[in-house]
Amino acid sequence: MPQDKSPKAYRKPLPHIDEESRPWWEAVQRHELYVQKCRDCGDLRFHPRALCTSCMSSRTEWVRCKGSGKIYTFTVTNQNQAGGFRDSLPYVMAWVEVDEGLKMLTNIIDCPPEQVKIGMPVEAVFDDVTPEVTLVKFRPAR
Amino acid sequence: MSLSRKCAVVGAYEHPTRFAPDKTMYQIMAESIRGALDDCGLTIKDVDGLLTAGMGMGAMAIVGFCDYLNLTPNFLDSTNIGGSSFVAHTAHAAAAINAGLCEVAVVVYGSTAASSRFAIGTGGGGGGGDPCDQYEFPFGPTTVGAYAMIAQRHMHDYGTTPEQLAEIAVTMRLHASMNPVAKYRDPITVEDVLASRVISSPLHLLDCCIISDGGGALVITSAERARDLKKKPAYILGVGETVRHAARGQRDFLEIAAAQSGRLAFERSGVAHKDIDMAMIYDSFTITVLATLENLGFCKRGEGGAFVSGGRLRYDGDFPINTDGGGLSSNHPGMRGMFLVIEAVKQLRGECGPRQVADCKVALAHGTGGALGTRHSGATLILTNQ
Repeated sequence: MPQDKSPKAYRKPLPHIDEESRPWWEAVQRHELYVQKCRDCGDLRFHPRALCTSCMSSRTEWVRCKGSGKIYTFTVTNQNQAGGFRDSLPYVMAWVEVDEGLKMLTNIIDCPPEQVKIGMPVEAVFDDVTPEVTLVKFRPAR
Repeated sequence: MSLSRKCAVVGAYEHPTRFAPDKTMYQIMAESIRGALDDCGLTIKDVDGLLTAGMGMGAMAIVGFCDYLNLTPNFLDSTNIGGSSFVAHTAHAAAAINAGLCEVAVVVYGSTAASSRFAIGTGGGGGGGDPCDQYEFPFGPTTVGAYAMIAQRHMHDYGTTPEQLAEIAVTMRLHASMNPVAKYRDPITVEDVLASRVISSPLHLLDCCIISDGGGALVITSAERARDLKKKPAYILGVGETVRHAARGQRDFLEIAAAQSGRLAFERSGVAHKDIDMAMIYDSFTITVLATLENLGFCKRGEGGAFVSGGRLRYDGDFPINTDGGGLSSNHPGMRGMFLVIEAVKQLRGECGPRQVADCKVALAHGTGGALGTRHSGATLILTNQ
């Protein structure tokens, strides 16, 4: 699908998807969130890599996440000069620890910034920001 | 094999500029090298090792800088691990000299961040080359935001207050008021810090380092050669460096690189925490200081808020830090590690005038590069005049 070149086009940075990350981003586009698990030592990891960082095994299993987690820490960003973000201040950036035990950098949405708290239960939201790219954000659990 | 006391910083020069629209980055670097060589009485002909890094420098820029200055060194190191690079370079230079790879090494830095209007902390944008960036940059991380997330978690876990962080900024400004070349010298109060606008919660404008131009250089040589030079040597006692990152999604974010680099530096130096007379702690943000002091082991985890309170960090307090005014008030051209080593050396020589720490024999410098809340490097250096 051709990229929208209109003034309303998505202006925030898009991921540079590569050979190791493509299956993950494709799953996210299907609105499915995965982490990786080593088939040899069992270590869980995020973000995706070809090799286990604990034992260097290439034998990898994709584990589907439930999509729920808690806010580990966050910040309400009031200043960012970068295009796209400059127009959407303030926004909440956070590390969310998903129930599988791994932390992911993300945005907290659908919540007034002043109500965001550490420990708050959150659920994944799949934001289709362009026809090619979906981002995993989180909102307060319902 | 220990590096301890084998080498010394013999020349140190901080470029006085804070805004230099009329100078190039290489010119600031060259003027800094000239200043550091004058400081110790050596000449450019004596230099056979060069170490440098800079935000404005490309991957092979050290070769271009050698071209600019017509140098052909026997040892080159352009390790760039962010603002801590020059602390690490000092260690690398000592290792190279000790291994016989060179005799007189120069560590140099220059930057025109302010006159080039470079948004160091709030310009979080594209990213690109690093595969890790694709999982972060779409969500708008800024440098200040990544540090703010550490502050938020520390406040949540330990009840650290904005007032405690603010006192760090107030102390740095007090020190800057005694440094004639510091960029901001008018005293501020805790109330001023808390009343300044929130850039990225919970960090206010005055919790953030300033943006300036600047540069500096160090000359390092063997302890033997140091004896014949102009100034009292600052002997290198111990060094350490490492990184912390998301650790495949499993990181405890309040444990930072300083825990490991500091432990290494203390083990290798043979001195204890109580022996440190003053410290230069990278203060990109107030929280950087608090987290670093905890992780270096000057107080327990969670006790940083109390530790930085009550004037302890003042030049005349129990644990003086950043007597030049730090990145919060004196200068921050993007990579401040250079100035940590320079001020530590000046304190050990007794050259700091009104801000001089009494009876300063052992100083520690710790640089942080990158962002505590995503990934960063840490480098620790312990120096003595004894």
